[in-house]
Amino acid sequence: MSAIVDATGLSCPQPVILTMNEIKKLGRGEITVVVDTVTSRENVSRAAAAQGWTLKGIVEEGETFRITIAKD
Amino acid sequence: MSKFVQIFATRWGIIVVGALIGILAVLLQKWGNPANMGVCVACFERDIAGALGLHRAAVVQYMRPEIIGFVLGSLIAAHAFKEFRARAGSAPIVRFILGAFAMIGALVFLGCPWRAALRLAGGDWNAIFGLLGLIGGIWVGTLFFKGGYNLGRSQTTHTSVGWLLPLTMLGFLVLMFVFPQVPGQDKSGVLLYSVKGPGSMHAPLFLSLAIGLIIGFLAQRSRFCTMGAIRDLVLFGQTHLLSGFVSLVVFAFLTNLALGQFNPGFANQPVAHTMSLWNFGGMVLAGLAFALAGGCPGRQLFLAGEGDGDAAIFVMGMIVGAAFAHNFGLASSPTGVGPYGIAAVITGLLVCLFIGFTMRQKTA
Repeated sequence: MSAIVDATGLSCPQPVILTMNEIKKLGRGEITVVVDTVTSRENVSRAAAAQGWTLKGIVEEGETFRITIAKD
Repeated sequence: MSKFVQIFATRWGIIVVGALIGILAVLLQKWGNPANMGVCVACFERDIAGALGLHRAAVVQYMRPEIIGFVLGSLIAAHAFKEFRARAGSAPIVRFILGAFAMIGALVFLGCPWRAALRLAGGDWNAIFGLLGLIGGIWVGTLFFKGGYNLGRSQTTHTSVGWLLPLTMLGFLVLMFVFPQVPGQDKSGVLLYSVKGPGSMHAPLFLSLAIGLIIGFLAQRSRFCTMGAIRDLVLFGQTHLLSGFVSLVVFAFLTNLALGQFNPGFANQPVAHTMSLWNFGGMVLAGLAFALAGGCPGRQLFLAGEGDGDAAIFVMGMIVGAAFAHNFGLASSPTGVGPYGIAAVITGLLVCLFIGFTMRQKTA
């Protein structure tokens, strides 16, 4: 069961800030970040990778992207 | 096509885009744009405000096709890669006010972050104070982000909402064709044209427009942002966007050297003044306003091109801010700051602090 971060409708840099906050809070595990622009998708993926989290997958659902990241 | 997308989202992608912007901007100077002002979003939006008669500073009136190209180039890229998404409703009035004060701050320094970079690349050392101010203002902005500052969510909306600013720009372009510049005349139909000063200096219309379209297209793909460059470094320790900004400075500098346009010094720099404190202070205000609004003036144009109605409001705020800046004597000139420029910077900083401290919204 992954933690969910809803960053839809939020502009730069909020999606990354919310993702980083969750990463700091959990330390490890799985997080699903929901965004609705390609820019946010790239930014969140890049920020997660920089923190040593692995990109598990991105699912496009209508107008949104569900980005799943994980760290063991 | 997806491979093309990835190329521009990589570090090398943004470095190439920064380099191209730097080279094209300096070439625009060779082809007629004012010195160290090949591309300046703040200056050019100010010139547009002048062309429309929103202010009457006769030396800065020209409907700059580069700005039109930025928005339309981004619109084309966003549609080509299916990224156009109309959205609006994230505190529009706040974005308008931030846009207005960002412009006022930029006009006290005499340039947006792009021009600060071009001024540095041309040897205008006054730009160092402007860039330090920009960093300072953005740094203050990151403190607000850490404290929970947030302008709230936008909503997906009618596609036509996202088209309004691009259509406005298209309308401006049509006005240029209907009322073309007549040599030696300061007015053609409804449009004003400077006959002397920076507003009279411009590259040929189609060249400006074409380069604007190219930069708009590439910047939309790469998410090039000069404010984000500094913000991401301070906030997250990320250097992705910064590499694009540094690349712009380096390649603009090299191009200036090659063209013999590099003139180092403080005094007598083109469209610049030497009041270091207010070069710094103006950009603190601009940097803070850009940070609170989530993008440098260029980025706001590219976002508006991909359907962001809130970024469009910021752009309108900048154009109106430029009108206030010249009507109220807030903008600087080569002789120094305007009579009320310092008061306007202080007022703007207070407004930004008010916005930063009071607008914290729970996003959960």
